[in-house]
Formats: sequence, C-alpha cells, structure tokens
Amino acid sequence: MYSFELVRPKSLAEALSALKEEDAQALGGGQTLIPTLKQRLAQPSKLVSLSAIDEIKGVCVDDDGRLCIGGGTTHGEIVASAGDYPALVSLASRIGDPAVRNRGTIGGSIANNDPSACYPAACLASNATICTDHREIPADEFFQGMFMTALEEGEIVTEVRFPVPQKANYQKFAQPASRFPLVGVFVARFSDGVRVAITGASEGGVFRWTEAEEALSDNFSPEAIEGLTASADGLITDLHGSAAYRAHLIKVLTGRAVKAAA
Amino acid sequence: MPKDTGIGASSKRREDVRFLTGDGNYTDDINVHGQAYVHFLRSDVAHAKINGIDTSAAEGMPGVIRIFTGKDFEAVGGLPCGWQVTDRHGQPMQEPKHPVLAHGKVRHVGDPICAVVAETLAQARDAAEAIELDLEILPAVINMKEAVKDGAPKVHDDLTSNLCYDWGFVEENRAAVDEAISKAAHVTTLELVNNRLIANPMEPRVAVGQWEKGTGDYTLYTTSQNPHVIRLLMGAFVLGIPEHKLRVVAPDVGGGFGSKIFHYAEEAFCTWAAKECRRPVKWTSTRSEAFMTDAHGRDHVTRIELALDADHNFTALRTETYANMGAYLSTFAPSVPTWLHGTLMAGNYKTPLIYVNVKAVFTNTVPVDAYRGAGRPEATFQLERVIDKAARELGVDPIELRRKNFVTEFPYATPVAVEYDTGDYNATMDKLIEIADIAGFEARAEESKKKGLWRGLGVNSYIEACGIAPSNLVGQLGARAGLYESATVRVNATGGLVVMTGSHSHGQGHETAFPQVVADMIGIPEDMVEVVHGDTANTPMGMGTYGSRSLAVGGSAMVRATEKIIAKAKKIAAHIMEASDSDIELKDGKFTVAGTDKSLAWGDVTLAAYVPHNYPLKDMEPGLEETAFYDPNNFTYPAGAYACEVEVDPETGKVTVARFAAADDFGNIINPMIVDGQVHGGIAQGIGQALLENCAYDEAGQLISASYMDYAMPRADDVPFYSVDHSCQTPCTHNPLGVKGCGEAGAIGSPPAVVNAVIDALQRGGKNVTHIDMPLSPARVWAAMNGATANEGAAQPAARDSGSAEGRSLGGQV
Amino acid sequence: MAKVSMRVNGKSVSADVEGRTLLVEMLRGPLGLTGTHVGCDTSQCGACVVHVNGKAVKACTMFAAEAEGAEVTTIEGMANADGSLGTIQQAFQDYHGLQCGFCTPGMVMSAAALLKDNPKPTESEIRHYLEGNICRCTGYHNIVKAIQAASGQDVGAIAAE
Repeated sequence: MYSFELVRPKSLAEALSALKEEDAQALGGGQTLIPTLKQRLAQPSKLVSLSAIDEIKGVCVDDDGRLCIGGGTTHGEIVASAGDYPALVSLASRIGDPAVRNRGTIGGSIANNDPSACYPAACLASNATICTDHREIPADEFFQGMFMTALEEGEIVTEVRFPVPQKANYQKFAQPASRFPLVGVFVARFSDGVRVAITGASEGGVFRWTEAEEALSDNFSPEAIEGLTASADGLITDLHGSAAYRAHLIKVLTGRAVKAAA
Repeated sequence: MPKDTGIGASSKRREDVRFLTGDGNYTDDINVHGQAYVHFLRSDVAHAKINGIDTSAAEGMPGVIRIFTGKDFEAVGGLPCGWQVTDRHGQPMQEPKHPVLAHGKVRHVGDPICAVVAETLAQARDAAEAIELDLEILPAVINMKEAVKDGAPKVHDDLTSNLCYDWGFVEENRAAVDEAISKAAHVTTLELVNNRLIANPMEPRVAVGQWEKGTGDYTLYTTSQNPHVIRLLMGAFVLGIPEHKLRVVAPDVGGGFGSKIFHYAEEAFCTWAAKECRRPVKWTSTRSEAFMTDAHGRDHVTRIELALDADHNFTALRTETYANMGAYLSTFAPSVPTWLHGTLMAGNYKTPLIYVNVKAVFTNTVPVDAYRGAGRPEATFQLERVIDKAARELGVDPIELRRKNFVTEFPYATPVAVEYDTGDYNATMDKLIEIADIAGFEARAEESKKKGLWRGLGVNSYIEACGIAPSNLVGQLGARAGLYESATVRVNATGGLVVMTGSHSHGQGHETAFPQVVADMIGIPEDMVEVVHGDTANTPMGMGTYGSRSLAVGGSAMVRATEKIIAKAKKIAAHIMEASDSDIELKDGKFTVAGTDKSLAWGDVTLAAYVPHNYPLKDMEPGLEETAFYDPNNFTYPAGAYACEVEVDPETGKVTVARFAAADDFGNIINPMIVDGQVHGGIAQGIGQALLENCAYDEAGQLISASYMDYAMPRADDVPFYSVDHSCQTPCTHNPLGVKGCGEAGAIGSPPAVVNAVIDALQRGGKNVTHIDMPLSPARVWAAMNGATANEGAAQPAARDSGSAEGRSLGGQV
Repeated sequence: MAKVSMRVNGKSVSADVEGRTLLVEMLRGPLGLTGTHVGCDTSQCGACVVHVNGKAVKACTMFAAEAEGAEVTTIEGMANADGSLGTIQQAFQDYHGLQCGFCTPGMVMSAAALLKDNPKPTESEIRHYLEGNICRCTGYHNIVKAIQAASGQDVGAIAAE
C-alpha cells in the first residue's frame, strides 16, 4: 500500500468535509478497497473511514413502507435486521463469507458497482432509491456501467430505500473461485409489474432484462419466459464462462427465481 | 480393539497444541534483530530483452540499503537442476541457465529483475517503483505444440530449440508396441489434458537470510520440505558456501505439497544479500507473488491408445505426452514426466507392451515441477480414463474390465522397468464396492432424477510408486542426488530419547507418528520420545519429505537406528545382569534375562550408558546414540480403488460431488487417524483438479488465474464427507515397517473417479459425451452437453491451446 | 504514525501505527501475536480471522486504526484460563481437524463465531459458513467433524474416518 492518512469521522458532516481534500477517498467496509490498495492500484492521500458514523447505519421502514438501509450498514446487519424483505436478506447472506459480511457495507458495494456485485441487482429490481448526502437517485439512474455510478467526487451513499415487492427472489450462480455471481438474477414482483435485474453477466454492469419483465408482468410463471432468449451481446467472456453460457444462465436463473418467488 | 498407543494407535497429534494456540513458529514469525526487507521487482511481461535497468532514482530513496540486479550475480552460480534426463537418442536434455536475478532476458511473468533491500518493506516497494526498466518485448511461447515448431521464438537463445528432451520409454519396445496396436481387435484412443495447477500451501514462501560477521556463518530460515537439500544445492551450486558454514532451518512449515521441495531464487538471494548488506534480509511472499513464483504442477497434454484383444485383455499401450517445463528447469522438473510418470503407465494391469513418449518443452511460463503425486496422477488419469472409455466402447462393465486385467501375482515386473513387490487389487476393489455402496447407486440415481439431476458413478483403480529410491538406481536414471534418509536416535541418561530425522513434517504429523514406532520398539510411553527435524544444525544429512517417503524411508532409518540402540542397550544390560547379551530380552521397557527373574528397567540401562560405573568400558564406548542411513532397495507401491458419485445439473452443467469413497492398501499403518487425514486432503485436491482448479495463461503469457479470485480452491462446501478405508493391507516386503506411504494417494486416485462419474452422468442423461478436459467447470460441462466441443463453454480453451480470455482481478463488494 | 489502543484477549494494548497498517500487521508486529496468519492478499483464505467486538473479521482486510477502542480476540485468547485447550481447540485435536496448522487459527476463530450464532449447526451450515476459510490439507472432512463435535453433536455416524 502507498502511504495515506486514515481518518475516522464520527459524523457525516465531518466525513464530507474530509472528503473535500484532493485525492481523499471514502472507505466503506474495505473488503474490496483494501485488497485494491494492497496491489497499489489506488493511491489516495487520505482515506475517510465511514465505519464510525452511526447516522448512516441501521435498518428501518419509512412511512411509504420502504425498507431503508443506512449506507454504512454491513451485510451481516442486514441479514439480522432486514427481515421485512426476505429476498434481500437471502442475497445479503450469500455475499462473500461471514467475516466479509461483518465488514462490508451496502453503501460501499453499490458505490463500487462491481459488475459481479449482488446488491446492484437488488437495487435495480426493487426500483430502490439511493440517497446520498445531498440528493436521491433512482436505481435506474444510479448504476451507469462497470464500476461507474452517478456518484460525484466526495459524495456518500447514506441510505438505500427499497420498496418491498409482493414477491421476490435472488438466484446466484457462483463463479467457482471468487464466489461472486457468474450470473445473478433478482426478480421482484410489484403490484404494477415485474422487474428483473441481472448482475455478473454484462460488460456494462447490472442491467434489466426488459423482455422478461414484460412477459412476467403478464404471467408470473417460469413458463412465461420459455420462449425468450437472453442476448449474449455485450456479456462478459472470461475464464469461467463465455457470453453464450452467461446468456443461457440468465434465462435458467430467471426461471428459477420466478419459480422460487411464485 | 484399536490400540491406544504405539504402532496402529490413533494417537492424538502433539504438534496440534501449539498450532491450536497460536504458538507455532512459522518462518514469517521469525524476525532477526536488525533485519532488512527485500522486494523483488518482477517482470510483468512473459518474454522480453532487458535493454537497460536504471536504478539511479531509486537508490537515493528513503530507507534503501542496496539494489541488486542480474549483473550482481554474474559471479554467482545459477539455480541448479537436480535431475538430468537422457533422451531417446541417448543425448542429455537441454539444460538452460537459471540465474538468481534475470540477466539479459526475462522469460516469464514474475521473473525477478531487481531486488531492492530497504529498512522497511514499504520503502523497498516504493523504491522498486522508481526503477526504470527498458524492456524490449519479445513474442511469447505459451502453447507447447507451437513452441516446438521450427521458427518458434526461443525461450533460451543459447539452446537449439524449446525442446528440453524427447524421451522414449522403453525405446526398445517401440516397434513391438506399434505392431501390437496395429493388429489389435480394438483400440481406444483418448486425447486429454492434465491441467496445470498451483500447489497453494496456505503458508506462502518466506526466506530470512543471516550472516554472522564474527564467524562467517550463514543461516537461512526458509519454508522448505527439505532443508539439507537446500543447503547442499544453494551452498555448493549457487553461492559457493561450504555446508559447514551454512545452516538451513525449516521450522513449522504451513504445507508444501511439493512446491516447497525446490530451491528458489529468493532463498539464495536472501542468504547472499545478508552478507553483501551486512544485515539479515527477509522476504515474505504475498499470495499474488506465490502464484507467479511457486513452481506450478502437472500441465501435460497427452494422446493415449489402449489396445485390447477380442477377449478384452489389454495387449498394448502407447502414449505421447507434451510436458510443460515452464521457462527454466525447476529442481526436479525433468524427472516428473519421465521416471515418475512413464514407470507407472502399467497401472494395476498386466499390459505386456507399453511405450511412453514424452516431449518436455520450454515455454514462457512459471517453471513446472512436482506437485502432490508428481507424474503418477498424470499416468493414472490417462490410464483410468482410457480404460473407462474402452469399457463404454465395448459395452462392458468398467469394473469387470479392470478386474480382468489386474496384476494378481507378485512380485510382478512391469514392462516399464519397475517391480511391484506386493498388492491385492481385487481386495481393494471389493472393499470399495462395499464402502461406496455401489449396489445402492441405481436407487440414488432415481432419487437424483426426481430432483432434476443426473447422477453418475465413476470408479477406478490406481497404483503409485512411493519412497523414491534406491540411490544407485535413481543415479543411473539421472538423479543428481541420493535418495536415502537418515535418523539419529539419542537416548538421554534418564531414558527419554530424541529422534533427529532428515524427514521434515509440514502437516504430516511426524512428531506424533515417529515416536509411536520407537516407543513400541522399546516399550516406553510415546511421550518419552521427541522428534527433532527441520534444522541442518541438529539433524543428520537427510533428503527431506516428498513422494510419500517419510515413513517408508525416514521411518526405516529411524527403525534401523533404534535397532542399534536396542542392541547396544542389551549389551549394557547383559553386563550389569551378568548374562549373555543373546539372552537379554527387551519388552515393555524392561530388560530381562531369559529363564531367570532378573530384570532391569530401561532407565537403569540408559543411566548406566552415561554414568558408566558398572559398564563394559573395554568393549564398548559409553553413551547411547546411534545414526542410521537407510537406502531402500525398491519403491513401495500403494494401490487402491476409488469411487465418486456426482450429480450434474443438466440446466447449468454444475457438478456436485455427492459421495466419494477410497479403499487404499498402504501396507501396515502406524497412525490410522493421520492416514485418514492424508487421504482426505489428497481427495480434496483431486476433486479440486477435476472440477475447480485451473492455472491459465493467455496467449501473451499473462497468468489469468493469478489470485483466489480466479483460481478456484476447493472450499468446505465443494466436497462431501469421504468414506475411506485402509483395511486391505499387503505389507511392503522390503522395508522394516512394511509401510508404503499414503501422502499422495488421494490426489492420484481421485481425478479420474470424478471425471468418469461426470461422463457417466452425462451418458445416463442421454448425452454422448466421451471426454471433457479438467477442470469440469459448469461452463465446460454445459458446452459439452450442448454438443459444442468440450471447451467452448469457457472462453479459456483447454490448456491444450493457449487461452485468450481476459482475467478479472479484483473487484466486488466494498 | 498514530497511537492505536484496543483490548486484545482481555489486555489493554497500544502501538504507534501508520494509517495503512492493517490490524493483522499490528497484531503480528508490535503486539507479537503471530498466531494470526496471512495466507492471501485478496481477503479470501481466512487464515487471519479474528474477532472484533465479538464478530469474526479478516484482520488482513481491516485497518488497525479502525479497531481503535475495540475488543479483539485472537487465537492466543482461545484457550481456557488454565492454559488447557478450549472446547473447539480440543475438538480440532481430537478429530484431527488440522495438519500443517497454518489455516487453523482462522478456522478456530470462524468456528467459534459460528457456534456463538448457531450452537448446533448442521453439516451443510458448517460447510457454508466456512466459505471464507481455505484449508489445503484436511479436505475439510475432519474440520467439519470437529466443529460438529465441539457443538456437542454425535459424530459417530459420519461415514468412515
């Protein structure tokens, strides 16, 4: 690691102020950032740890019935406290491993927007709102491509608000080494329609499979997507699977998610 | 009743206490006063000419003590190769130079170019970044078959080609084999890849070099399976330090699996730099560094043909293998695809004619050397896969086809130069059928079907050769080392004793199992026996631990030394009891005189040896300490039968190992608990090879699977409980304990069982798939099921071609 | 350099560390607690698992300064007060749940965290929970068995040793 200063502000205001410094960077749970720093792939002058800021931690339900999760909430805390949204708990309980879940945070995960991260699929399928220190961003606008988000420099994810679907399920097909999803499919059925978000598969990061959404909105059953084919265009090809294989998995997992949710 | 002490008892491991409390002493736990740290600047390209290295900016940076380049090592020897193979034309193999730091060229990603020694590791890394390299990128050769074509870029400009050797075995049999195959009633052919692996002991390598100005003595603390071998190779061939001025210590070592046999550049560097810098120098490998510097394993591409007569007797076997050596010859690399592989091609079968051809090839990849099983897994995999395929082609039961061809009379001289002393392959197969509940397979397959899964059963036999020796034979075969083992048994005055052994324990439990033997021989409690190992300063010259040899060879040396101790102690006892030493018996730690009621305790005699007041000083020296060197007169031949049941998800291609059973014949067993553990670990590594692990390079020579993010290590939920048995015992006929060795069996016997099972599942599911190259990842299985060539599902083509996929490194949940 | 203080295995300790100093580096370096190991640099092998405020974390993926004021438990703190092996440690020895010992500290710490949350885990729960702890020696068989035994479950029925 390069040398840097580490600060642990106790309030959001202090953190924002610290992040104004050039080359300052926010540190969530560090479960990706620290390995990246070890490889000297990043050189922040200052790391602003968000782990001591209580105001961005915790899980609650707002007046609209949305499940609101503080950006600094760990995966482990979500598993323990987000029982109102079982599919999300199920997703969180399969991220990394127990020790990683005790450090990694939802805010850190979505701010990084790894194309194989799990939460972006939940956010997108749930039509979540990502709240930052100064604005609210719909999930459809937040995720902008592999490792790219709508966040500005120094902006902190303070909360993620999830509308709770009537039915939902997350299917994760693990890449054998990293255990990240080779393909992950989150299906959420709301009263006004179905949303299907795919992670792990695309060069462009998380995306919605709109054909499936349309078909499932009409008929929420695995049979509804039998005639569909997920396109392999723009999907990732790597050591663990070709684009064609990923496209195949998208369909298989979507069917399984619907079956499990229905 | 199971014994609770001595030979055959599952004594709990005494070393566990320190490992379970954090009190182990691994090399990275060692910090020498005043130590500096080295960071190696390594090549990030596979092949390049070094046109210039500018260290001027780096030299003045904070904390920098000295920066070394290949030039600094011009007067120092290169890393030696310990085995010279003679090719099929009688010529010695091509043997390139292997400098400690790259000189002139870099030849693989990870090749060290500069070594920066600084006060702190961070300072060393900072300075390394300020070094300016002028590298002229050269085309890389990764694919072995491309590498041996005319005009291919040469890894070593001073060699005639990238072909290390073209080995034929047994060359005289070649024509007869060709003829038998051409006349056979049936020939089954299979082309396959034995995938490149990385051993991945959980402890990365570490070296701490030290030089005492006052005495001129060097000490190297290193993560090694064989400290004496390192002392000899490094002292005599690399640094020119006489062995009496060099101490090598391998303290607690966190696993090896072969990868810590070899002498590595970092060890030589730290030792040498300690004197140059007048400071102890420490290097701790990161895991990322380990991926590109630890010797890799396997990486064979093979075509095998099995000929059968009309009655399904095997009549001939012919193989052609390309074996990757990587960019340099690692310590024992040339022996792995030849003498550790070709000699096992008979397997458990009485095939009369065998010809093995091996072309060893240099490529711009990390050197490849022995990894758990070393050559024997490659032989077993080919043979047990081709037999399975033959059974399917002929429509016969694969177990019956094997039984029909089993060797049943011993000793049996194979047509590939070895003689099996003993064995009973039907017995282990019978036992396997029982413990694997093969009778219940069809019912389980029905249950799987109800879940939408295809169940398959794979069965195979294996044989291996362990306890590599005898020295005079291996010398004829090209080994530049002896392969005996040593032990000194030092009895103390109060009766306790220390076994100083050249074997090294890095997980095998020698500290527990060795005392079981000695305690049994004398009849004293195990806790009166202590094992000392891993330090050249206090153990006799020994060859270390690999090839499942510790008990068969090292244990035999210990038995011989203990026999000498007992013989001398009996003489002392005879003197004290005024009897003839031929009348003295030793039992339960007590000396008695036959036919009398006279007796002496073990401790009385040991005390007399050191307080020799009543002692035959005229005839015998005082003291009770003996050393033995044991050089075996044959290999040992563990063998057995393995069964795997898998479930394949036809929608995704995902394979789950549902059951695994192993019936092994290891001869006599000292500690059944430890033996079980060795088999379990080997099976997991074999399942890993079959389903998960894949060391992959792209065409430019970049390692794609360069971390645990892409190199799939078996985890707890990748494997089931295993059912293992070693009750079939045909004791080795030529070592005093009748033991055969159990360390590698699991890794040798299991990969074909897994692959056979997957193929069986696919066939039962109606897919005519006859082979898929390992690892059988979901993508590969899916592709094979869907009629694509076996490897289209993954972007990474099988290792038989070079890869082209982009690797992803870090990323994920922050 | 800044002073970081915490309680480790019940003892108040402190050391001057840099911002980039990892918790595992502080434990192994200035605190001399070398039982916690480093087996990878991508946060996967789990050899470095310790407990921070009662929760299992990877000490190689947490800065020392982030443990300021925390209650940390390492493998050195797992034995009984009289120095004898704790229940989990004893089960690992009894059931041969370790070979080279390198992954063992992390395995024991993960096992302890599991049993705190789930006192009677099934085989499948144990295997899933150990996803972040890699062992290269044991094939996991005896680790899983040891954890089941440590939780007071009968392991006699497990197929062959």
